Amino acid sequence: MSRVDTDWRLELRGVTKVFQRDQLQVHALGPLDLRVADGEFVSIIGPSGCGKSTLLDMIAGLEQPTSGEIWLDGAPAPYRLGKVAYMHQRDLLLPWRTVLENAIVPLEVKRIPRRQAIERAMPWLRRFGLAEFASRYPAQLSGGMRQRAAFLRTLPTQCPLVLLDEPFGALDALTRSSMQEWLLMLWEDLDRTVILVTHDVEEAVLLSDRVVVLSQCPGTIVADIPVDLPRPWTYAIVTDQAFVSLKARLLAALRRQPTLGVVTDDA
Amino acid sequence: MTECCRALSSSQLFAWELACRAFAVPDWVLPPPSAILAALLRDYRLLLVHLSVTMSEIGLGLIVSIVLAIVLAIGIVASRLIERSVYPLVVASQAIPIVALAPLLLIWFGYGLTPKVIVVVLICFFPIAVNMVDGLRGVDHELIDTVRSLGASKWQTLRFVRLPAALPAFFSGLRVAAAVSVIGALIGESIGASAGLGYLMIRAAAPFHTDHVFAAVLVSALVSIALFASVTWLERQTLPWRTRPRTEP
Repeated sequence: MSRVDTDWRLELRGVTKVFQRDQLQVHALGPLDLRVADGEFVSIIGPSGCGKSTLLDMIAGLEQPTSGEIWLDGAPAPYRLGKVAYMHQRDLLLPWRTVLENAIVPLEVKRIPRRQAIERAMPWLRRFGLAEFASRYPAQLSGGMRQRAAFLRTLPTQCPLVLLDEPFGALDALTRSSMQEWLLMLWEDLDRTVILVTHDVEEAVLLSDRVVVLSQCPGTIVADIPVDLPRPWTYAIVTDQAFVSLKARLLAALRRQPTLGVVTDDA
Repeated sequence: MTECCRALSSSQLFAWELACRAFAVPDWVLPPPSAILAALLRDYRLLLVHLSVTMSEIGLGLIVSIVLAIVLAIGIVASRLIERSVYPLVVASQAIPIVALAPLLLIWFGYGLTPKVIVVVLICFFPIAVNMVDGLRGVDHELIDTVRSLGASKWQTLRFVRLPAALPAFFSGLRVAAAVSVIGALIGESIGASAGLGYLMIRAAAPFHTDHVFAAVLVSALVSIALFASVTWLERQTLPWRTRPRTEP
């Protein structure tokens, strides 16, 4: 295959995932074709059990597709561990490490000396308003702060592609909306490519350039809708006509799925 | 709570003392606490000499047990082959009656330090190893995936996630090991020894110096408690993230 367009940060080419469970084969995902441009913010929504998290696991390299290829930066990337930043709904901070020590884990994994790693991480901590909590343990922080610390962990390694799996799902509505605003602000001056999995349609519309809708299991792309809302927005936008009609289109795309189908996989 | 315990134990001691005097129990059958205390104070030098021997057996035995248990546990968790071949042996080692082993240890290693350390290890490595295996296995898999997604090698996953996550379980095992290690040393010394608290007990029992026997038992019990407490202290120092109070900023 020839090198085509290097502007694509990520390409999924006919990706499918079939899980083998005992004698049972579960077709969880695909075939999927998806291209994400450099610097784009793409949200993926879909009914629960459609394989959204499996998709992110595959992009991160934790799982391999059963068939198809995943390309990064215009080249096939069979080994992706360490090349893509990945953040879960659960903060997954290491409880025995302080906020600062958690922030430097990705750098330590890349064998950067501790002192140097701390020097690189400290500016991020300051920027995230976590500097004064640097020596606290995760259990001593509030949910919103833990989530910020977990997000911070994805940044110092400079991975251009960031995967977010319902990062605000476990937060209360108020914290969530302030975290969304904060994330968007951050993304605008970070120049990262973000793929966000969510089942909150409003969140998807607010944050993304593009929303991809997945079908029931096995998950395939049923809609790929660009978001053309003016930026920067304020929260008043949620009553704006353009916003409401976009939301309605997405909900309709989601609703076209039989919601009472057999859910075989809740991954 | 501690007040209550203190009151209870002091009243028990008092009852013991009173009973010995009231029924005129001869000292060689059951000496009263006052006689034991007197023996303890009178012969503290002798006790200290034998204590130091027993402590070195325990210390060495515990260190060897810790190293052996950690290596075994990592091996068992890392490889199915090791798990299948070694884990049964680890369990079987606990079925060996040490009394049966005693003459062999004597023949192979003589009267010195080695056979005692071996007995301590036989008794102590098991609780550490079993707890450690459970600790290494019980790690939240998503934590491992998180570090894996950062590109961590198997060794780094062990260092960054599995080992620190297993530390609390390790300390539970070590606490048990520390408490029973004294028994190991005493059994080891009863096989055949020329020094140590166990040796002292046997030597004092023959001529009915029962107050000495009790003094040695008391010292061993104190050693057990002290070891248990030091492991608890060490655990607090090593795992500050478990003991720091939760504060919502």
